[in-house]
Amino acid sequence: MNIKTLFFGVTRDIIGEGSAIFDLNEDLTIADFQNILTKNYSGLTDIKSFAVAVNEEYVTEDYKIQENDIIAIIPPVSGG
Amino acid sequence: MKENISIKLTTNKLRLQECIDFVQDNSCGGIATFVGTVRNHTKGKEVKQLEFSAYTSMAIKELQKIAEQALDEFDILKIAIHHAEGLLQIGEVPVIIAVSSVHRGASFKACEYAIDTLKETVPIWKKEYFKDGEVWVNAHP
Repeated sequence: MNIKTLFFGVTRDIIGEGSAIFDLNEDLTIADFQNILTKNYSGLTDIKSFAVAVNEEYVTEDYKIQENDIIAIIPPVSGG
Repeated sequence: MKENISIKLTTNKLRLQECIDFVQDNSCGGIATFVGTVRNHTKGKEVKQLEFSAYTSMAIKELQKIAEQALDEFDILKIAIHHAEGLLQIGEVPVIIAVSSVHRGASFKACEYAIDTLKETVPIWKKEYFKDGEVWVNAHP
């Protein structure tokens, strides 16, 4: 299944763009997906400490990715 | 949006008076405000300007949650949370929070709660520009 992923802050600079489509197997968790990302992008070494949102809500790393999910990689926020 | 909550994430200049006017109510004895300003230094280095970027749709949801939690938790009447996006110069205002309540204590507490939580949960990122480069704040914890 094709999953859209959004990148923000420092991860956008590392990836070089704001979003990407990944063709993922069924039954992957966020933790699995993070491993795939670090394999694909060597600059994402800190990703395990970054938060992840699915469809605009924070999720934990055991969340199972589903068709039509939009994943967002959320590096440490610094608003205010 | 509830009528006692004002949330904004905008590339326009933030206006304190707008936040105060929103929360003002004749039943309230006071308004607490927090105004964030762009500082000209960080860790001994001179900052030239800041850039704020956001996951806009999610940031608005998270700001709304903070406002709702503040209304639940503290004895306040209204709350406004406005945040800026884009390039800001030294002294300009990236965030304004205003809270009204019958008695002052609740407003002070809710205002502090809102800015502290905003800094932890709302997907907004700040890039600091120095003379010799730029860096995402907190990017590598």
